[in-house]
Amino acid sequence: MPPGSKTVKSIRFVILNSPCLLFVIFVPLVANISMRPIEYYEPPVPSKVNYINAQYGLKSWLLTRDHKRIALLYLGSITFFFFIGGLYALMIRLELLTPQGDFLQSATYNKVFTQHGIIMIFFFLIPSIPATLGNFLVPMMIGAKDLAFPRINLLSWYIYLLGGVVTIYALLAGGVDTGWTFYTPFSTTFSNSYVVATGLGIFINGFSSILTGLNFIVTIHTMRAPGMTWFRLPLFIWAHYATSLIMILGTPVIAITILLLAFERVSRVGIFDPALGGDPILFQHLFWFYSHPAVYIMILPSMGVISELIANFSRKNIFGYSFVAFSSLAIAVFGFLVWGHHLFVTSQSVYAGMIFSFLSFAVAIPSAIKVFNWTATLYKSSISYDTPMLYALGFIGLFTVGGMTGLFLASLAVDVHLSDTYFVVAHFHYIMVGGALMGYLGGLHYWWPKITGRMYPEGWGRFSALVIFVGFNLTFLPQFVAGYLGMPRRYHAYPPEFQVFNVLSTAGASILGFGMLIPAIYFVWSMRYGKRAEANPWHLPGLEWRTQSPPPTENFEVTPIVTWEAYEFAPAEETEVIGKFKPELEQI
Amino acid sequence: MQSWIPLVPDSASTFSWKVDALYFYLSGVTLFFTLLISAVLIFFVIRYRRRTPYEIPRPVAGSHKLETLWTIIPFIIAMTMFGWGAQVYFQQYKPPANAIEVYVVGKQWMWKLQHATGQREINQLHVPVGRKIKLIMTSEDAIHDFFVPAFRTKMDVVPGKYTTLWFEATTPGTYHLFCAEYCGMNHSGMTGSIIVMEPREFDNWLSGSTGSTTPAAAGQQLFQTLGCASCHGANGEGGRGPTLAGVFGNTTQLQTGESVRVDEGYVRESITNPQAKLVAGFGPIMPTFQGQISEDQLVQLIAFIKSLPAGGQTPASAQAARPAGSPAQNLK
Repeated sequence: MPPGSKTVKSIRFVILNSPCLLFVIFVPLVANISMRPIEYYEPPVPSKVNYINAQYGLKSWLLTRDHKRIALLYLGSITFFFFIGGLYALMIRLELLTPQGDFLQSATYNKVFTQHGIIMIFFFLIPSIPATLGNFLVPMMIGAKDLAFPRINLLSWYIYLLGGVVTIYALLAGGVDTGWTFYTPFSTTFSNSYVVATGLGIFINGFSSILTGLNFIVTIHTMRAPGMTWFRLPLFIWAHYATSLIMILGTPVIAITILLLAFERVSRVGIFDPALGGDPILFQHLFWFYSHPAVYIMILPSMGVISELIANFSRKNIFGYSFVAFSSLAIAVFGFLVWGHHLFVTSQSVYAGMIFSFLSFAVAIPSAIKVFNWTATLYKSSISYDTPMLYALGFIGLFTVGGMTGLFLASLAVDVHLSDTYFVVAHFHYIMVGGALMGYLGGLHYWWPKITGRMYPEGWGRFSALVIFVGFNLTFLPQFVAGYLGMPRRYHAYPPEFQVFNVLSTAGASILGFGMLIPAIYFVWSMRYGKRAEANPWHLPGLEWRTQSPPPTENFEVTPIVTWEAYEFAPAEETEVIGKFKPELEQI
Repeated sequence: MQSWIPLVPDSASTFSWKVDALYFYLSGVTLFFTLLISAVLIFFVIRYRRRTPYEIPRPVAGSHKLETLWTIIPFIIAMTMFGWGAQVYFQQYKPPANAIEVYVVGKQWMWKLQHATGQREINQLHVPVGRKIKLIMTSEDAIHDFFVPAFRTKMDVVPGKYTTLWFEATTPGTYHLFCAEYCGMNHSGMTGSIIVMEPREFDNWLSGSTGSTTPAAAGQQLFQTLGCASCHGANGEGGRGPTLAGVFGNTTQLQTGESVRVDEGYVRESITNPQAKLVAGFGPIMPTFQGQISEDQLVQLIAFIKSLPAGGQTPASAQAARPAGSPAQNLK
């Protein structure tokens, strides 16, 4: 078949639009999945009413003000976007299997990687943990009945959906090819794709993020149960508090930036394009002022999850609780001061570069503190090998690599060589997939019994955690080397000497993709066939485990009164002080 | 290309080993900490595995001593990385004064290069070993980035301004040139090669390639045809407009009382947006050339103005205030 023939074109059309076509097929399916528990769910104690079976019907879900139901609505929608983003990733890896551009055309490839980034970042990673696990657990962990503004919470989901629909429209209409970074003047003057429509989708979606952050902050300040002092809060809450600060302070900046971009593109008033009298580098400053902190929106909640997993699956209180708590706030604050490290090679002043480099090294310290404290927590603990713990241990390893390779990019001279190469791609995937996604999956397994009232199959859980870990490393480790050798990112075709790394990477991505499908299948399966979960299947002290699984609509039958510290497995008087000898206590 | 899998890129500039040394240091520290954390984790996970389902370990109080230790030590290590990186970066982005200049214009999706001696190249750059080369770069459209992995250096090529990149090649050979900033459809096709030659070979190449007019000479012609000469004088000696001879590289006094360094960026701005920074003593009479003049022509005009020798003994800042400077002699 000649490359330009009608058949080839139509095949290509189908392949390229398959994520969007899937939307049509998937929406009823996803809707059905989240409906299913209502129809088939039988509570562990049949007389008990819980949030899932309290009301029936589509309307009871679409108009719900229950934070737990909204969390499930979010779970369904972000899973949908995750699979679209994943399909784009698959196309990227298929294309890069060979050095020449043969699977897709350049213009299409550019759209594919752009859309992979936009979907994964704005519609999966940023809402992933806060909007699902956070929504479900923030009120439960502090002993509240709901978030402070339940209607605003529901509104945030509709805004997210609207942003998603607008973005999907942009992708169906023709897609966008600017890279998720929308650098000007390419995006305002030279791109012939649906930049404004996509920007509008992201702009709308931002409000959902702001509303979620607002809701969390007010809830954490005002709705803690009696006795739940700030320093008794689980670290998950501290992490979400820090994340919410970034969401509220950062998101308006990207909103304004996108508006300016759209304004220049539509009205040709010079803001960023030098041909119109604008400054293209200004855009990068504004963009990264949000988008670097946005990385912390993705990783901080995940760190919160990991703190929970490490403490709870080793039955030990977190080593240096207050250091871990405040390091979250430190990251949130410092995170706003390092955007310039994305501009080391843009002709930014050499001295500005030095200041940003210094601050970027400084922001690494709180993350290091967390890693050391997590590790120290495990000392003389009682470690279980359940799936969530495997994800937590995987997280620490991968996040260490991700964080340390971040130092390469903070280091000015090395960044000059590495910026815009595959080294950067590998680094941020270690943070975003190895970090944020591992935390999300670990948390999902951990709280699955509470959320659905069913256990996931433990054996499959461990197996898939292992497959994902191996697949992930095989995908992204070779990219560090390819990047150091000089392979630029966003290249549709590349010199043949880089092929070996790309073949390894594609092989790894296949394993990773396979690994991701396993939980997707058994989670859905477990909703109906999984073993029924007890109220506290892991035997933990946290508030969310002191109510039935799944919880009743009002979370707790009586408002809990908190008299214990966070992660208090054993009485405080048994506390061991490092460096002082105390006789071993007999085990219960 | 090697038959084995390469792990380190070709090294062909004086920066290569400097960046590599720091890279290896960073890799060593990364490897050390990753292995340390992994080893400790694995040890703990095995040693403190849950043996009976009901065991409860004793809680632990934190330790300020340990927290301080693992805050201070990583901070000190991070500062060594910062200091080392900053020092090499400073060298990378401070071009030396005595470098050979090459003009680079990036456009979707090709590189246009011109040597000061007039030779033009597309997607190729011939350079001699052991000479400092300074690239003066701009873009006609989107942002591009001039990236030579073997030289361990890159710099964005930004429309509307000049950026500079310098290097000194050490090893003859042919090396990749990549555009490293995503610039649209054929971004991955915006590649080329840097051909590093022994100085003698390079001289042969220079004399062998069809010599076109030098950028400065072309600029002189433009200076006449665009009518610059009517105000600035045929040889840039000044008139109704400020003197151009000998001001390049010096500072000049502005009407606002500020002073500005006359570099490529300032001359460019004065041509495309003349009213932005008026020289003291002159009115806003110059028309804008924004959109009238291509990037190539701008580069040629700048090369011409650079080539003008100083007109008199008066310092550059004072010259500006006295428009009637003595005419410049011996143009190239």
